[in-house]
Amino acid sequence: MQNRTLKSRLLATPHLVWSAIFVVVPLVMVVYYSLTGAEGSFTLDNIKQIPKYFDTFLLSIWLGLLATAISLLLAYPLAYFISQSKFNVQQTMITLVMLPMWMNFLLRTYSWMTILENNGIINTILTSIGLQPLHLINTRGAVVLGMVYDFIPYMILPIYSVMVKLDRSLIEACEDLGGNKVDVFRRVIMPNSTSGVISGVTMVFVPSVSTFYISQKLGGTNTLLIGDVIESQFMTSNNYHMGAALSLILMVLILVCLAVMNHFSGEDDIEQGRLAV
Amino acid sequence: MKRKRSVLMPVYAVLILVFLYAPILVLVVYSFNAANSTAQLHGFSLKWYRELFHDAATLDAFRNTMILAVSSSLISGVLGTVSAVGIFKMKNKWVKNVTRGVTNIPMMNPDIVTGISMMLLFVFAGRMLGRTGVLGFPTMLIAHITFCLPYVILSVLPKLRQTDVNLSEAAQDLGCTPIQSFFKVVLPAILPGVLTGVMIAFTLSLDDFVISYFVSGPTSQTLPIRIFAMTKKRVTPDMYALSTIMFFAILFLLIIINYIQMRGEKKQIEKVKY
Repeated sequence: MQNRTLKSRLLATPHLVWSAIFVVVPLVMVVYYSLTGAEGSFTLDNIKQIPKYFDTFLLSIWLGLLATAISLLLAYPLAYFISQSKFNVQQTMITLVMLPMWMNFLLRTYSWMTILENNGIINTILTSIGLQPLHLINTRGAVVLGMVYDFIPYMILPIYSVMVKLDRSLIEACEDLGGNKVDVFRRVIMPNSTSGVISGVTMVFVPSVSTFYISQKLGGTNTLLIGDVIESQFMTSNNYHMGAALSLILMVLILVCLAVMNHFSGEDDIEQGRLAV
Repeated sequence: MKRKRSVLMPVYAVLILVFLYAPILVLVVYSFNAANSTAQLHGFSLKWYRELFHDAATLDAFRNTMILAVSSSLISGVLGTVSAVGIFKMKNKWVKNVTRGVTNIPMMNPDIVTGISMMLLFVFAGRMLGRTGVLGFPTMLIAHITFCLPYVILSVLPKLRQTDVNLSEAAQDLGCTPIQSFFKVVLPAILPGVLTGVMIAFTLSLDDFVISYFVSGPTSQTLPIRIFAMTKKRVTPDMYALSTIMFFAILFLLIIINYIQMRGEKKQIEKVKY
């Protein structure tokens, strides 16, 4: 018996070895490259150059936060609506939300160019009904729109999956105790969906902050994000050491942002949510 | 109050769906465009669908993408299932936590960091071995397995928790070897989780651009990488045609899966009845 469990515990070993080589060692590589120069000797030059990119980091985080907030505002009511629908409406809606994710995201983003361009679809419609055309493409707004568009399914799905598991008797209990619709929402639905909101926020914020494709296509040359800088360090200037240093800072910043968000969402609420679910 | 909400919310849901599907509709419409343009419409034509089957580079990239997605999802499916069993059996809390942490890293890290970190590893290893041009299909396969593994493990683990441990012990008491009992008792019970994991891995691999972009070589283009190269200059509408075909293929697949699942549920309900 002892022998049997010992053996099956070892089954995780290949995964651990794999992760050590291809997950942990690469991260050590990032640290190593960011602390060395082209000749391979130790240097802090790369780190010292980071303040030059302060504005870029700030802009990336700001746009990422904006996209995350808009996604949350749009996704939350929808997730609630879906979770309250009939079973087959739920199935259909969730499939419809997931389906766009199977279409290549580069092409979907590229397609927004056709819609937003100066002589694109929106402006063609505007001028044909006699309105002034708008300047939409190559703005920060367009970049945020692209982020929201590409990542909003990742916000809808986790919130929905928490809400759908919510015990209906909790809502009834709240109503029985004299609560109105606002009370039900504030005291039952909100605190019990925190865990879904947290995973949604993480899944939208992380790719938004680090994107380089969306900003290249929809932001033009005046919206340079940190992802763009890292990409060009690796693919155009071939300065792996600077690129590694920037990635290291990006990684740390994202971890800090997530920790702060987790902190503000309140530890107690999460516990409550877990208990009720 | 109640009536007002019942009209407002469906309208809202439809608006979000319009937002989600507008660019896809644009792609589909332009794939039937007669003109060689992704900006202006000039009547209906199937020209780009014919063109697609003569575009050797695109077909090649499509083949690479499919081979990569199938092999990485199958390998991570097997490796992930085996590891999930191992993690499930772990007793030591500390080891368990470390394993969980390591498993979460590829899911929490931004793709660009995962991509460049692996690229650095491969380039570094290549330099140590005195070889240049290490990046290619094998490195992409390694990267895809790495970012797929956590998703397989996380879809198998909950199923293992739901499975009665006594079942596999009973099978072994009745004369099964541990391996036999795994295949006869445990695997059938966790199969839905394994399949979900493999499905997620397949779609992630199929659509991955950022990580592949950094670890691919010049000889191993996948579809997303080719699309990226094209969007730097000009996308030809045959790309739209290809993604339209893929979109409807997946839609068809989903409908079939839904149908099979519904039949499975019905059968289970019948089983419970008797």
